[in-house]
Amino acid sequence: MFTDTLLKTVFGRLTLESFPIHEPIVLATFVVVALGGAALVGALTYFRVWGYLWKEWFTSVDHKRIGVMYMVLGIVMLLRGFADAIMMRLQQAMAFGANEGYLNAHHYDQIFTAHGVIMIFFVAMPFVTGLMNYVVPLQIGARDVSFPFLNNFSFWMTAAGAAIVMASLFVGEFARTGWLAFAPLSGLDYSPDVGVDYYIWALQVAGVGTLLSGVNLIATIVKMRAPGMTMMKMPVFTWSALVTNVLIVAAFPVLTAVLAMLSLDRYLGTNFFTNTLGGNPMMYVNMIWIWGHPEVYILILPAFGVFSEVVSTFSGKRLFGYTSMIYALIVICILAYLVWLHHFFTMGSGASVNSFFGITTMIISIPTGAKIFNWLFTMYKGRIRFEIPMLWAVAFMLTFTVGGMTGVLLAVPPADFVLHNSLFLVAHFHNVIIGGVLFGMFAGINYWWPKAFGFRLNDWWGRLSFWCWFVGFWVAFTPLYVLGLMGVTRRLRHFEDPSLQIWFVIAAVGAAIIAVGIAAFLMQIYVSIRDRESLRDATGDPWNGRTLEWATSSPPPVYNFAFTPVVRDLDAWYDMKSQNAERPVKDFREIHMPKNTGAGVVLGGLSAVFGLAMIWYIWWLAGLSLLGVVGYAIFHSFNYDRDYHITVDEVRRVEDERTAALKLGNTVGAA
Amino acid sequence: MASVATPPGTEQPVFYDLDPHEHPPGASTMLGFWLYLMSDCLIFAMLFAAWGVYGSAYAGGPQPRDLFDLKLVAVNTAMLLFSSLTYGMAMISGDEGKRGALLGWLAATGLFGAAFLGIELYEFSHLIHEGAGPQRSAFLSSFFTLVGTHGLHVTFGLIWLTVLMVQVGMRGLEPANMRRLQCLSLFWHFLDVIWIGVFTFVYLLGVLR
Repeated sequence: MFTDTLLKTVFGRLTLESFPIHEPIVLATFVVVALGGAALVGALTYFRVWGYLWKEWFTSVDHKRIGVMYMVLGIVMLLRGFADAIMMRLQQAMAFGANEGYLNAHHYDQIFTAHGVIMIFFVAMPFVTGLMNYVVPLQIGARDVSFPFLNNFSFWMTAAGAAIVMASLFVGEFARTGWLAFAPLSGLDYSPDVGVDYYIWALQVAGVGTLLSGVNLIATIVKMRAPGMTMMKMPVFTWSALVTNVLIVAAFPVLTAVLAMLSLDRYLGTNFFTNTLGGNPMMYVNMIWIWGHPEVYILILPAFGVFSEVVSTFSGKRLFGYTSMIYALIVICILAYLVWLHHFFTMGSGASVNSFFGITTMIISIPTGAKIFNWLFTMYKGRIRFEIPMLWAVAFMLTFTVGGMTGVLLAVPPADFVLHNSLFLVAHFHNVIIGGVLFGMFAGINYWWPKAFGFRLNDWWGRLSFWCWFVGFWVAFTPLYVLGLMGVTRRLRHFEDPSLQIWFVIAAVGAAIIAVGIAAFLMQIYVSIRDRESLRDATGDPWNGRTLEWATSSPPPVYNFAFTPVVRDLDAWYDMKSQNAERPVKDFREIHMPKNTGAGVVLGGLSAVFGLAMIWYIWWLAGLSLLGVVGYAIFHSFNYDRDYHITVDEVRRVEDERTAALKLGNTVGAA
Repeated sequence: MASVATPPGTEQPVFYDLDPHEHPPGASTMLGFWLYLMSDCLIFAMLFAAWGVYGSAYAGGPQPRDLFDLKLVAVNTAMLLFSSLTYGMAMISGDEGKRGALLGWLAATGLFGAAFLGIELYEFSHLIHEGAGPQRSAFLSSFFTLVGTHGLHVTFGLIWLTVLMVQVGMRGLEPANMRRLQCLSLFWHFLDVIWIGVFTFVYLLGVLR
């Protein structure tokens, strides 16, 4: 008895049974991950790069380094999220009639939940935040973001959230509720185990990071633009970042609040979303979609920004209809808050309410359509170069338009009563998220990689990856449209009607083609790093770009610009090139920069411990780690010595190197 | 192209700012903190929305007019309003460079804030003692969450206030400290504004129901 109490006090509800040693699939995954992890740690130790990683990356407050770390996090989590996807496709392709497939319901439900959560929060969000972090300060001619330390802290909070999700794979289990954890299923009565708690704390910890990076980027864009860059001379990607971050700051607190209420229900026994004592589960559904709908625009708007840059650069033309592009962004930003109820027309709120939300939803297709036409008109009579980013852009326009049209179908409430919760819906949102967000991120990675690392990505593997993704997407999701129209609902792990099987088999083939696309993407990175000398770009402007990030070297120096550019035109760098602006090569000044700090790593790590302790009811550890977070934050606030100056000699050395490289290399675009 | 300020009529355009002025550190701090406060305001907005929905979901349990002691709440409100006043005085002393006065006013602010928290905790324990805890009904869940979240903010503000008093004591009224005081000032008055909403919508309108 005494040992029981002691164990409970020390370990909360964590017992030996929490480790899934009896589940062969999980165990095998664990072994593979453990071996892979050990190999990675071993290699890092062997090559003595820990010190380098810590000093130059983990503690870095440089927005470029942080942006790259976000992208790495996104790629790693993409592999995890995609593993979930391919497991589901395999299960659904085989589980017909007598065949139960290879996943039990308990496991399958966790997989579709984890897939959604990971893909949205830990793949798409890091990709989007990473690109904005990397590109925005360069595009506005700034040396860093407004709050460089906060930026580092935000990244580590996001990483801590990802670590919590990953822990659920091996210790305990993840939620079996679907990616939004609707109440009352996510309440204590129906989900008494740790799954939903993993969900809550992963999102709460990562949410802090997302919100603060939103605040940071808004302040950066509003306050730190180069002289002459008025709002209507800002590059479109920066505009899309501004609107996105306004959406983040105005939406994520809603998620924080609703998850806090859910955790109060689960931890303290309050009655917000229960079926009894006045609770109302539909309140949860409403509140989480008030965050959830803006969230999809948070993901897609930066992709729109990427495509605007890519289409204009590779068509060799100024973007068509810049002003209408900006107003379209703003209108989408506002309308994003007026459509949330279309996710649950079937709630039964009545014809008038459903009509209102149906109409607002359809209206969103107007600014979006305007953007598509603007991109097409930009291409019209342009000298189009079909480099890899441009391929993604064209594939996006084709794919996203179809996804947008099925979205308008779903926006009609009577049609939605038929299609709600069906595979048609699943096909629709994958159509816009893969065809929009993911294609945009791949376009962005291929477009800005040479800026970040000084060499291009390999073309052949890039094209292979592109075609596999593009074809694989359509092979995987067209069958789901068909099945959805036939009435097949989502999240099923077993089917009776054998006539449906062929569609699921086709979808599985599509997923396999996408798998090749992902492998080709990884190969593309590997091959490019291997052949970096032959892919080297000395100019800093490999695509004949139009915006300021191409005005500096690749990779840019830590301070980005030795002298802040003065902006006279929307396409500032194009203007500078066509006017033969001379890059100043003397009279450098000292540059004032923020110092690196390990505080973000410490605070993120402590937050992850706090989350895990809360999940497992290890109260002493939760209290201790919370105390640690507050105490360390206070301790950090006593450090007033947070900046340093880069000496004139150092700036001259770096800039002379650039001058020499420009002379040696091709002089195209070098002004 | 010698300087930014191109005289009118000059032909040669300027492409680089060759004579940069140093950006003062913390130039975006007030904007950034204000943005954070607005996001915090949205958390309260959701809690108020929850109160709007659940405010009369008594589930057969006690109602506001059985529970709320308006006299106590009035005293409580006065504590918080006075603390905002003293914080204002602290900032005036700070602007005048009077460190001692500033610390005195901050201490007064802290005392009023602590009194507010004490009264709130007394009210909470009293309610729980009467069987009107947050588990009793959705009405009480949303009441405790809304008022408690505000109280948690005040608690955090008090910790911050204490830390800042130590830092002002150590390093005086240097720009970094003044900036932090400004931020806490925004935070503190913001909590006052939220409390006005709580007082009106939760207590006054609740008792009228």
